[in-house]
Amino acid sequence: MIVADRKPFAEIKELLHGYTKVLNVGCGTCVSVCLTGGEKEVNVLNTELEMSRRLDDDPIDIHGYTVERQCDREYLAELDSIIKEEKFDALLSMACGVGIQFLAERYPDIPTFPAVDTSGLAVNQAVGWYEERCRSCSQCVLGHTGGICPITLCAKGLLNGPCGGTNKGSCEISEKQPCAWSRIYYRLAGQKRLDAIKGINTTRGWKDQAPRDLIQPGYKKPESMTK
Amino acid sequence: MSNETHANSASNLEKVLKAGEFAFTGELGPPRGTDTKEVREKAKFLKGNVDSVNITDNQTAVVRMSSWAASLLIMEEGLEPNYQMVCRDRNRLAMQADILGGSAMGIRNMLCLSGDHQQFGDHPDAKGVFDIDSTQLIALVKQMRDEGIFLSGGEIEHPPKMFIGAASNPFAEPYEWRVNRLAKKIEAGADFIQTQCIYNMERFREFIHVANEEGLTEKVYILAGVTPMKSVGMARYMKSKVPGMDVPDGIIDRLKGVDKGKVADEGIKIACEQIQEFKEMKGVHGVHMMAIEWEHKVPEIAEMAKVLPRPDYR
Repeated sequence: MIVADRKPFAEIKELLHGYTKVLNVGCGTCVSVCLTGGEKEVNVLNTELEMSRRLDDDPIDIHGYTVERQCDREYLAELDSIIKEEKFDALLSMACGVGIQFLAERYPDIPTFPAVDTSGLAVNQAVGWYEERCRSCSQCVLGHTGGICPITLCAKGLLNGPCGGTNKGSCEISEKQPCAWSRIYYRLAGQKRLDAIKGINTTRGWKDQAPRDLIQPGYKKPESMTK
Repeated sequence: MSNETHANSASNLEKVLKAGEFAFTGELGPPRGTDTKEVREKAKFLKGNVDSVNITDNQTAVVRMSSWAASLLIMEEGLEPNYQMVCRDRNRLAMQADILGGSAMGIRNMLCLSGDHQQFGDHPDAKGVFDIDSTQLIALVKQMRDEGIFLSGGEIEHPPKMFIGAASNPFAEPYEWRVNRLAKKIEAGADFIQTQCIYNMERFREFIHVANEEGLTEKVYILAGVTPMKSVGMARYMKSKVPGMDVPDGIIDRLKGVDKGKVADEGIKIACEQIQEFKEMKGVHGVHMMAIEWEHKVPEIAEMAKVLPRPDYR
């Protein structure tokens, strides 16, 4: 899933400086699972903002609404009537970077601000603990690397590791960070598949250096949206 | 030694090694400013005592005068540079541009490295480039030199001449993989290898033994990395704080065992004993002396290690 971390309160408050009627939009999918931007977190943040602005003698009328998914037009449509009626002067989004942009795109006349920093594609290791596993590079090498991603988990993104900084199984950047290439080596050794990394990996093309579209076979962009 | 693929780079170091001489290379860190005098001063101590001088490239991810510029400065002082290039700070366009520029200006050796992670340095929030890795960089230089084409496949009008170096660390886990990684760098096109600083001689003997068994030392020149310990503190720091460094307790005990004023001499003595063993070790073709911020000691070390006079094929 996509994980995100709430921005520091002071930063959110600064972003909303000067706005008095705001809708905070949560997202019920990934950011809700990682305990950052679901309905509960929307309510907590709104309470904090209300209290803080009241103390400043600069009250804010902040509303909350959590949609199922902010990256899906169908669910965003729920907001149309509320936004039309209430005439908010700003929107705040607690969805990931994708959701925030989709919200901003739907209501281009209303300033939209992020309440979170999106930090990656992660697994849920334990309650409250999420570990990044994928950089969505469009060129998956996991078949050669024992199912461990060197682009994400090697601090240098090496394709022919491990480097000389391997430190008793840890990465040179921190003893707490396992060396991805050590793990790759031991996993492949266990599977008797070391040949998979004996040759030079010459993969050299970065496929994520320009905006990417995915259009499945048999589909195309609607005519009205092609530019 | 099968040298057919070597492209006669006109490197002095290459000629020394090809002639079967025991090579002795040095190292010089460029300054954190524009003072050329500092480079020239350090160079004086190395002149005549080494075959080639590694010029570090933003070592430990700290900004310094660019490696190619300091390389040119030491050439003016009559030394041959070994231009270090790390993958951390440049993408493939900048790398190829600097390889062309370096070769055009007379640089004939390169050492291809991944580079320490930027988190260690003075700009920890920098974006690490790592467009290609060190193995791919070796292959890139070889392709430019031997095939005369850029990574993109485009033709180079006057291809660069370079004697291609790579690093190897026999002391980083997994040990079993280190010889395989060396083999990959040789396959990519490395002509010579400079190793991490060696203190654990037993592990290094084992590493070279396996490399000999695999026939790798017939395909590449190996220069054993040596850094004399200046103090007990330095030895402790290297042991505990430098990733991938293996300093046995025996070294620290030996330094602790002499009078305070003689610790540095003992460090040099240990280094000279190592060099003596490397001279006799099958599969080792020279020593890379990394006397970090101790360039003025190099003449004395070279003398004591009996590697003088240096041959000059230029």
